[in-house]
Amino acid sequence: MGETKVKKMLFILSKGTIENAYAAFVMANGARMEGIEAEIFFTFFGLEAVQKKKLEHLHVATVGNPAMHIPTMLGGLPGVEAFATKMMKKEMEKLDMPPIGEFLEILSDSGCKLWGCKLAVDMFHLEREDFIDELDGIITIGDFYARADQEGTHLLFI
Amino acid sequence: MKLLIHKYINMKKIIAQKEIDVNEEGYLLDFGQWNREVGKELAAEKDITLTDRHWEVIEYLQEKQRNEEPLSIRGIKKSGVIDIKEFYSLFPGGPLKVSTLIAGIPKPKSCI
Repeated sequence: MGETKVKKMLFILSKGTIENAYAAFVMANGARMEGIEAEIFFTFFGLEAVQKKKLEHLHVATVGNPAMHIPTMLGGLPGVEAFATKMMKKEMEKLDMPPIGEFLEILSDSGCKLWGCKLAVDMFHLEREDFIDELDGIITIGDFYARADQEGTHLLFI
Repeated sequence: MKLLIHKYINMKKIIAQKEIDVNEEGYLLDFGQWNREVGKELAAEKDITLTDRHWEVIEYLQEKQRNEEPLSIRGIKKSGVIDIKEFYSLFPGGPLKVSTLIAGIPKPKSCI
């Protein structure tokens, strides 16, 4: 196997569902573990993943998600989303996947930069203290593009 | 050992004046061929000079391997031996990948 040409991964997490947050986190952590730089820009509903009061309450989307293999009407019933989320968390724990809060600590300790999107922060009327301490700052998308400062940088929207 | 169920390309390499069996990524295929001198030379290839702290981590990893416990970055966080920040600073360029190579044990298969 040759050396990877990927040197830096920039992720934009725009969704607040648990499966999308994990997708971003697993890929960012996987990059760091391979010696690749990684940064995540949290925007719109993705901001929920870095808000102290919300991050442990992310849910899996049961409505409008054909891969759930349950009728959409059923997915909207009270408790279904919570149940599906509980099941998913149980399965993830079996695989030794850390919960969202612990995962963010791991990412931060691993040198993965975590950024809040200024526009979305303003739109949701959020303040710095609403976010986890590990957040490296609140920046614009322009600032984030400027982080793509070397050959082999890739940007991924989730 | 578990790694033998995977098909590896067996290659020979001279490390610390010993002929060692390694796979295509340079990981030892037989831990019995590992000793501290081999570890030091594998580390030198990665531009790492092993300190007492490195050895503590290496011994921790080898013990995990002996007990057939899977290695992960989460496990490192809980290890009580080292925290993640120091782990990254001791073994730059992918700490679990690099440290297991030096320790003479298989590269962890986990995505986390």
